[in-house]
Amino acid sequence: MLDTQTALPTSLPNGVGVGYKPQHFNDILNTPGPVDWLEIHAENYMGDGGRPLAQLRHLAERFPISVHGVGLSIGAEGPLDPDHLARLKHLVGWLNPASFSEHLAWSTHDSAFLNDLLPLPYTQDTLTRVADHISQVQDVVGRQMLLENPSTYLEFAESDMSETDFLREVARRSGCGLLLDINNVFVSATNQQTDARSYLADYPLEAVGEIHLGGHDEDTDEAGAPLLIDSHGAAVVDPVWTLYAETIARSGPRPTLIEWDTDVPEWPVLAAEATRAAALLAPVPA
Amino acid sequence: MTVNQSQFTRALLNPEAAVPDGLINPGGTPATKRFNVYRNNVAVSLSNALAEAFPVVQKLVGTEFFTAMAGVFLRQHPPESPLIALYGQAMEGFLRGFGPAQSIPYLPDIARLELALRQSYHAADTAPADVTVLQNMAPDALMQARLTLAPAVQLIGSDWPIHSIYIANTQANAPKPQMQAQDVLITRPEFDPLLHLLPAGGHGFISALASGAPFGAAIEATQTDDFDLTTTLGLLISGNAITSID
Repeated sequence: MLDTQTALPTSLPNGVGVGYKPQHFNDILNTPGPVDWLEIHAENYMGDGGRPLAQLRHLAERFPISVHGVGLSIGAEGPLDPDHLARLKHLVGWLNPASFSEHLAWSTHDSAFLNDLLPLPYTQDTLTRVADHISQVQDVVGRQMLLENPSTYLEFAESDMSETDFLREVARRSGCGLLLDINNVFVSATNQQTDARSYLADYPLEAVGEIHLGGHDEDTDEAGAPLLIDSHGAAVVDPVWTLYAETIARSGPRPTLIEWDTDVPEWPVLAAEATRAAALLAPVPA
Repeated sequence: MTVNQSQFTRALLNPEAAVPDGLINPGGTPATKRFNVYRNNVAVSLSNALAEAFPVVQKLVGTEFFTAMAGVFLRQHPPESPLIALYGQAMEGFLRGFGPAQSIPYLPDIARLELALRQSYHAADTAPADVTVLQNMAPDALMQARLTLAPAVQLIGSDWPIHSIYIANTQANAPKPQMQAQDVLITRPEFDPLLHLLPAGGHGFISALASGAPFGAAIEATQTDDFDLTTTLGLLISGNAITSID
């Protein structure tokens, strides 16, 4: 029964990928190590031509590609930007990536793009809007997408449902799959003073088409409580590796990405993170 | 207490504004420092994008000045699209009106040059025309020929020595710029944009070609007897800048 909800909207291999950075172009081709697939940020490949697109075409001959959008503003109160949807349709059309994903967040307001993944209250209004926007994206792009859980720093007093209930219901209404970012779970749980393990116990793992692992920075709020910042600028921390191992033991193997977007290290450092993920992923029975 | 995205955005872009009621810490108290994480993410990420986009402008004014200026710019001109690689199209005009930068009168033209380099980098790929056709044309036919230029070609005229200033701030041991007007051409033979100083009449000639004038009319458009056709045409040919000859 291929048309059941267990058919995931991705054809990424159940191996380890890395977020592609142009400075690693030659290293990835020459010494990919355990890397089976690559993820790109959609917006970096929406120019008309030049080296970025030439590199991507070259990499796509060798690796399955995951297109990860950071600019669609799916949670926006206003309508989705038709120009940006058209750019996305064009990219997915010619590249035919193994997967397409975006974020549960907003980033555009009144035509101003704010370049950050901003938080949403979890209410029925938000739920309706997000599910409608995802349906629109999937119609335009012509394929299912994965929706990623955010890192959050604060709460909305008006929220009346949990993030896991919200994600489960969005996936049910829109038919999208989920991208589970375990570092985001850890960052949000620490910041909200909740339990990451309880979150994962309640998370709809059956809808997960991809897992993200990344690093964060540490700060404190005005009361001295820990405040973790999702910087993607450091190695994955041990508690996140533990949560990852526990999660794939329950879900079975899933395509797993190492994200490192700022203070990007030399290739061997990133490849070592990928190797660590592969060592946890490989023994998990399908 | 609900917070809509207009309220959120206003507070996000105004560091002096109060954090909207309804954004809370785990204990329910107002999330002031936590809201500042978002403020910081927006300001720092856009400021970094501008520093990456305008490295010579930053070098000319210094990092501290640039960061403060970027903070003003990004609030007046937030990006209008998620294509951050092309952010900053309003920088030239902003700098012309930005009081504290008036002591460096050529700064807006340098910003225009740096934007043009990025636009060239991301422009569509095109195959060069067979330029031997030009050498073999009868003079009359040549004067009537229309040349199409690659989308990666950019042309910048300036009253300032922008080529010398750019080179002096990007290459070691470059000569000190001398006060003179300079026009520059950007070509992209393959993937890397190249900056060329145009000889007399070059700007008028290429600009006329780009607007569809035939070869002969483009020469007349230079309005100078000193027009150096050989050098100008050589830059276009070596830069794979001519994509069709009709």
